[in-house]
Amino acid sequence: MGMTITEKILCSHTDLAEVHPGMLINARVDIALGNDITAPIAIAEFKKAGGTSVFDREKVVLVPDHFAPNKDIASAEQCRVMRDFAREQEITHYYEVGIAGIEHALLPEQGVVLPGDLVIGADSHSCTYGALGAFGAGVGSTDLAAAFMTGEIWMIVPESMKIVLHGKMQKWVSGKDLILYIIGKIGVDGALYRAMEFTGGTIRDLTMADRFTMANMVIEAGAKNGIFIPDRITEDYVKTRAERSYLLLDSDPDAVYHSVVDIDVNRIEPQVAFPPLPSNTKGISQVGDIRLDQSVIGSCTNGRIEDLRIAAKILKGRKVASHMRLIVIPATQEMFKSAVKEGLVDIFLEANAVVSTPTCGPCLGGYMGILADGEKTVSTTNRNFVGRMGHRNSEIYLASPAIAAASAVLGRLGSPGEL
Amino acid sequence: MNFTGKIWKFGDDMDTDLIIPARYLTTSDPNILGGNCMEDADPDFVSKIRKGDIIVAGKNFGCGSSREHAPIAIKAVGIACVIAKSFARIFYRNAFNMGLPIFESPGLWDRVSNGDSLTVDGDEEWAKTIDGSIFPFKKMHPFMRELMTDGGLMAHIAKGRVK
Ligand code: SF4
Repeated sequence: MGMTITEKILCSHTDLAEVHPGMLINARVDIALGNDITAPIAIAEFKKAGGTSVFDREKVVLVPDHFAPNKDIASAEQCRVMRDFAREQEITHYYEVGIAGIEHALLPEQGVVLPGDLVIGADSHSCTYGALGAFGAGVGSTDLAAAFMTGEIWMIVPESMKIVLHGKMQKWVSGKDLILYIIGKIGVDGALYRAMEFTGGTIRDLTMADRFTMANMVIEAGAKNGIFIPDRITEDYVKTRAERSYLLLDSDPDAVYHSVVDIDVNRIEPQVAFPPLPSNTKGISQVGDIRLDQSVIGSCTNGRIEDLRIAAKILKGRKVASHMRLIVIPATQEMFKSAVKEGLVDIFLEANAVVSTPTCGPCLGGYMGILADGEKTVSTTNRNFVGRMGHRNSEIYLASPAIAAASAVLGRLGSPGEL
Repeated sequence: MNFTGKIWKFGDDMDTDLIIPARYLTTSDPNILGGNCMEDADPDFVSKIRKGDIIVAGKNFGCGSSREHAPIAIKAVGIACVIAKSFARIFYRNAFNMGLPIFESPGLWDRVSNGDSLTVDGDEEWAKTIDGSIFPFKKMHPFMRELMTDGGLMAHIAKGRVK
């Protein structure tokens, strides 16, 4: 029986000849990732269990990004726990503020994650790595602690869902719109416990940035992982970054799928997810008059340089509506530097936007743009749950960088076509 | 593993931001996390519940973030177990990994009310409502049962039983 790419990656990290959905396996991990919120718990668990040295200091990755640069004393303490551990264990991939960024944008950029890898991260958006043809799944801190000790993770092999995308993307439609549309179609548990494998003719038109955005949000449909078959675009992205060998895999023609979801991309317009779930999607022509207080462009979903370029294109020579705040957060230090060099930051500043150093910040209601009672924001992030970005009565509308930028100028939800 | 407690009902898609908002993630202290459990879903939750009470929820309980602070908060506030129509996968792992008993029952939710007493037999995997109806849980994987019995993943590893 054939295997899907997800099954092949999992299998290659065990001593088994083949794996199939439903099997409980213990798999070796290539990367075990933690951040300033989840790693401190993992470190405490690791020590409590008598752990003295991690299974492989090259394979543990620690990134302060959620509340870093430290937002307050408590977060400073958490970051210190992680920093001290990184020093003590001589962790190769510890990224300090100033070279770091948001983990899921940073690791691919730095060539830390490569195609064929098995990545577990104590962060739910660790599914982002599927864009590279790797297996990435979010786990908890205890899983991370166990992986620190054993280098392994227990996992039930997921069934795969094939998402077939065909057709051409309309103007201003991006990977964000495609994934929002898909989540709107299948629901927030539409892929629960499963792998979402993206295929079809449209994939050839998707940049790596689009693919990262899409793989990033599969967790919003409940999926274990999302995955793209690596192609020339993937190879062009990784070949200059990789410092070790990698594996380009494909699904077998006779691989078995749980289901196939067919998506006609031609008909998709830019999407907005209304609060309080990422599945409450509407086409931009259907949103009505939603007056906004804030717009956020950033996060592991849409804070990449490509996203900033689109936003700058729309904001150039324009101003943010006087009743609104626009917050732009490049996802990594390298992306921030590029944005400065390319003149994007100038455009943002001239438009009256605030530009921040890389951080998760407002995405999880941490800091840098918290919402007051009743305020509304459009955001390029991935979750619009109640209270996610501030007060429980605030509202989050998820959209692409193009919509977030245009809306900042319009003062309400709207598209670049209206400018 | 048996429990009897009062039911607190929650609906579908109870996300981790509702269970414990990110503003409390600057700590992993169970007392602080427990003290703010469910704050954005029901601000009075913590003051209303008693130790040993049971959460009965709809589908996709615990969706969203990987924060283990969510099961920590639920455990710390004194909830004995969570029964849902289904669980989001990271929450599901986390609960077993850190020893919060959880069970899947697609049918129970529609047949109980807030405040009802519920009896749970975690070993035989069923719940009994006040009218005596029995709702069997979705069968647990033997490995999950081992994790639950051992009290979590680290305890399980310490026993040297990871396959
Ligand atoms: S940017 Fe938001 S979703 Fe991404 S890792 Fe940070 S907090 Fe999580």
